[in-house]
Amino acid sequence: MTTSAKLACMSIVRKFGGIGLEYLYRIGVMGLFLVKAFFYVFIPPLKLIRIVRRIHFIGFQSMLVIFLTGCFTGMVLGFQGYNSLSKFGSEAFLGPMVGLSLVKELGPVFTALVVTGMAGSAMTAEIGIMRITEQIDALELMGLNPYRYLVVPNLLAIIISLPLLTAIFDVIGIFGGFLIGVKLLGVGTGTYFGEMASYMAMKDIVEGVYKSLSFGVIIVWVCCFKGYYTGVFTGFGAEGVSRATIQAVVLSFVLILVWDYFMTSLLF
Amino acid sequence: MIKVEELHKSFDGNEVLNGLTLEVKKGEVIALIGGSGCGKSVLLKHVAGLMKPDRGCVIVDGKDLGTLRGRHLVQLRDRLGFLFQGGALFDSLTVFENVAFPLKEKTKLSDDLIRERVFRELERVSLSGSEHKYPSQISGGMVKRAALARALVMDPEIMLFDEPTTGLDPVIGNAILNLISECHERLSFTGVIVTHAIPNVFHIVDRVAMMNEGVIRSDGTPEELMSSSDPVVRAFVGNEGAA
Repeated sequence: MTTSAKLACMSIVRKFGGIGLEYLYRIGVMGLFLVKAFFYVFIPPLKLIRIVRRIHFIGFQSMLVIFLTGCFTGMVLGFQGYNSLSKFGSEAFLGPMVGLSLVKELGPVFTALVVTGMAGSAMTAEIGIMRITEQIDALELMGLNPYRYLVVPNLLAIIISLPLLTAIFDVIGIFGGFLIGVKLLGVGTGTYFGEMASYMAMKDIVEGVYKSLSFGVIIVWVCCFKGYYTGVFTGFGAEGVSRATIQAVVLSFVLILVWDYFMTSLLF
Repeated sequence: MIKVEELHKSFDGNEVLNGLTLEVKKGEVIALIGGSGCGKSVLLKHVAGLMKPDRGCVIVDGKDLGTLRGRHLVQLRDRLGFLFQGGALFDSLTVFENVAFPLKEKTKLSDDLIRERVFRELERVSLSGSEHKYPSQISGGMVKRAALARALVMDPEIMLFDEPTTGLDPVIGNAILNLISECHERLSFTGVIVTHAIPNVFHIVDRVAMMNEGVIRSDGTPEELMSSSDPVVRAFVGNEGAA
């Protein structure tokens, strides 16, 4: 190999090495962000009023969309489930099919995706704007910890809100499945709920709760991180905020689905 | 009070501060001037501890900012006020809530006392009657004055001003400078004013330091600066003064 070819190879290796190191650095910063966020959860004083406001924002303001998505998801499950099960003469199992699908999988995942789209993107945009308008610097200069004001309330609020929203999604979804399966397609009410009670255990509900808790942490971690580091990793100004918001939503979606797979396959 | 020693800072290989050295004595107010993008705001953020230098140090009241962590850094920042170029008011809070914010978070004063102090501060910056408005509902000059009130409400010993008159018309710009001068007389803070308001700022400062190519090119009284024979200083002061 000639000297110039060796130099070209070295240059390519250096370039890819640089990109790899940059990504490792970002992952490290992101990991530290999560560690700090959890650290400040346990350091008083907690900003209780801010936490309540965030619960209102994340939880209450997402309710209507959760109602609608939960209801229609259950209704679609009712139709699809009935069509599939009737091929085997197993329509009686429509209740457990709808219930288990919602409680173990669709409830936590869909709720997390809805909350990412509504509250997560807003978190990134809000914190990103605070970053580019130096409001976060102002907090620091007042000797106040930005994590305590901006991240911890969101983290605690989502830990409280997301399992509750998931529960609402599940209940509404089961009701949607009931409307289609029982009221429209003629499965018996007793059969629908009776079989559901027979085949569903507390373990299934706990699995859903664990999932929604971990999804909540992912949403706040990714969305607050992307907002907090607007201008560092995503460019400046309004465009930087816009890019940070898009990245936050996309990364949250991907991480939620990947984490869901690992939780399902490894833990349960 | 503030000592900057051999400060170096670069961004993506572009050296902004190139071994800058500067000293500000207690109670003194200096103006920091220089071309756009020469690193004045970067220097100010180093003095506030918002940025870490690549090399060199910033010593405030005998303490090296680079070595301060946790509550020691917080204690130092409690003595410091910063007027940001854009005001950096919290946009989801009213003017009153913005000015009250540091008092509520950092002191144990009763609501009545906080209210009294906030109204007094707002009156000083001629913002009485605008306390219920949000930052987006007031003019640029009012935002600057509200930010000044917020920065001064904790009676800081050190005040850093990042272009307090930029974006304002000359009349309001002068009003802001006069306000800074009045506040200095009252609080006797040590101040650094990053500005392009030449020569208006010369009336309210003790010294003027001019930055060029990452170092202090000229440092002296306003009169010394105006009579400087340095062609770079003359070109800058002449141009800015004419502007």
